Amino acid sequence: MIKRGKGDFIIFALPTLICFTVAFIIPFVMGLYLSFTSFTTVSDATFVGLQNFISVFKSGGDFLASLKFTLLFTLVSVLTVNIFGFLLALLLTSSVRGKTFYRTVFFMPNLIGGIVLGYIWQLVLNGILKNFGVTLTTSEVYGFFGLVVLMNWQMIGYMMVIFVAGISSLPTQMLEAARVDGASYLTTLLRVILPNLKESFTICLFLTLTNAFKLFDQNLSLTGGAPSGKSSMLALNIYDTFYGSVGREGIGQAKAVIFSLIVALVAFLQFYLTRERGNKKWQKDKY
Amino acid sequence: MKKIISLIFAVILCLSLTFTLGGCNKKETAQVYFLNFKPESAKVYGEIAKAYEKEKGVKVKVVTASSGAYEQTLKSEIAKDFAPTIFQINGPVGYTAWKDYCLDLKSTTLYNILTDKALAVRDGDGVFAVPYVVEGYGIIYNGEIMEKYFSLPTKKTKISSVNEINSFDALKAVAEDMTAHKKELGIEGAFAATSLISGEDWRSHTHLANIPIHYEFKDSENAPLTVLQTAEISFKHADNYKKLFDLFLDNSTTEKGLLGTKSVADSMAEFALGKAAMVQNGSWSYSQIAEVKGNTVKADKIGFLPLFMDFDGEENQGICIGTENYLAINKKATAEQQKASLDFLAWLFTEENGKRFVSEELGFLTPFTTFSAEDAPADPLSREVVRFMNDKSKDNVPWTFTSFPGEIFKKAFGGALLEYAQGTKTFDDVIEIVKEKWKEAR
Repeated sequence: MIKRGKGDFIIFALPTLICFTVAFIIPFVMGLYLSFTSFTTVSDATFVGLQNFISVFKSGGDFLASLKFTLLFTLVSVLTVNIFGFLLALLLTSSVRGKTFYRTVFFMPNLIGGIVLGYIWQLVLNGILKNFGVTLTTSEVYGFFGLVVLMNWQMIGYMMVIFVAGISSLPTQMLEAARVDGASYLTTLLRVILPNLKESFTICLFLTLTNAFKLFDQNLSLTGGAPSGKSSMLALNIYDTFYGSVGREGIGQAKAVIFSLIVALVAFLQFYLTRERGNKKWQKDKY
Repeated sequence: MKKIISLIFAVILCLSLTFTLGGCNKKETAQVYFLNFKPESAKVYGEIAKAYEKEKGVKVKVVTASSGAYEQTLKSEIAKDFAPTIFQINGPVGYTAWKDYCLDLKSTTLYNILTDKALAVRDGDGVFAVPYVVEGYGIIYNGEIMEKYFSLPTKKTKISSVNEINSFDALKAVAEDMTAHKKELGIEGAFAATSLISGEDWRSHTHLANIPIHYEFKDSENAPLTVLQTAEISFKHADNYKKLFDLFLDNSTTEKGLLGTKSVADSMAEFALGKAAMVQNGSWSYSQIAEVKGNTVKADKIGFLPLFMDFDGEENQGICIGTENYLAINKKATAEQQKASLDFLAWLFTEENGKRFVSEELGFLTPFTTFSAEDAPADPLSREVVRFMNDKSKDNVPWTFTSFPGEIFKKAFGGALLEYAQGTKTFDDVIEIVKEKWKEAR
């Protein structure tokens, strides 16, 4: 075997490191700096201190309204996507005919781009709502549930695949043992299947949480924030601030920085909490 | 098998690396970079660039921003090494944003061939942007349906020709009577739907709002500049605005509550298919009408009516004529690039070959002395604009909206109008929002 040296590490890691720096670290640092400046083009900025951050919370409260809308949306869609995804996975791991076919079908919406999906659902939902003399833009409530439906349609298949993988990898002895002991289906589900799917749930919760929180394309094409920006989520609100009016790019950037802090915090918190539990379980098993 | 797959991946990796690195090293040979605003003209500009290179040997790079995304594109393009040398601003407001990038054009051919020097964007002694196309808007009518109405035996109005519609009252009477007779006329409403999807609502929050704001600042000297400097408006003619807006809504092809699903293209299609007799839009939309499949509008039967809002003396009011398309030269480009860009524009607007493209292919009605009356584009709506421009008895309304505050104002105004149409806001709320957002966006 060839001896590994320090030089090898650099040679192998360098291309990735360069890409990571160019595509992630530099823009991130630049973005952070720009949030403290007033600018029109990114290469031409003047420092204004905390002014942008003050304006974010002062100007009309649209940022906080979007935050509220986003949190509510995240809560509802994380719950629904995971519940439906899990139920589908249960169904498609039981002895239903054409399992593979259905798995493919349910996964497919995930392959369609968000913008296209938004427009398709806009047509569908407006077509239904038309019969009642309203549209998606009549009130933000319609927009909210429109987004929830869209998100479910798109994400359920993905989560289902993860759950299917989790369920299929459950040791068959365990399930057999449960059956031999005379456990009902519900008991098996609650006491055997669910506790052993913790890892799948961690992944699914993480994916749905971040995806729901960062939702942009679907929001842009489905409602565009109508009426009067009441159905814009954080990402769309930032986009509108940045491109909406000349002289507000800095404020938009400040919002974006706050946004990434929130996303990082949520993701970290969730990761930390679920990992902690995993460790404890591992310790209990060991001793 | 495994070996083949890893080989393929290795090749892909190498290729992508080559492409990314290669992209950086690519040398730009063009001197002129024109960032085009009009997506409908993208193809023609490509041909123009080719023709110019063939004739003068100078390469012109043309990039077209997608509709409604010009500011975004310009923002990112201008930060690049080879930034646009010719770009477009939308008037005084655009100028305040791009001030640092606008070259003084006072001594250039482009400015000197302007028929009316007052049309250019000035600041102090300098001239920083020059308009290259003049457009007009009002209520476009389908003459055939109008005539059909005028010859109806059961009509309730005494009006018997389009020329007699010279006030809001006359327009209202005709529109309401047309809606009442829509079965006989074979239409679904007098007016095409008022598009109120966010981003498709500019006909209402910008073009229609031009009229009340114009009347509010009518008596001030240099109105565009005054409007630009006004931090707060009283919107005192809001009632007039409401009258015409309501008329559009109440005599429309579409129920009020559903207007949030209508785009400008939808409205134009309704007009083109003869489902509506009138639609508010401008001379630029003729191509949009003509290209609708099954278009029933005859080119010689189409015309403009002014946007009447029940003002005193509006019998003489004309249509709204002005421009939102100004060319500017990038001040931060090299002197060489600036000269090449100016030469290109001079060729386009003064020399035979360039002019032919402008009047025949682009179909622009230009404000330049080098273009004669015969060079005016052939489409009937542009001809109508020329007719209104030359009609001395008409008081054409200038485009005051080019001094409106930016997108925040327009978006809020459009959103409020949608909520008003849906019945979730009152018109008083709309007035409040207009005033408040004007202040905020300034």
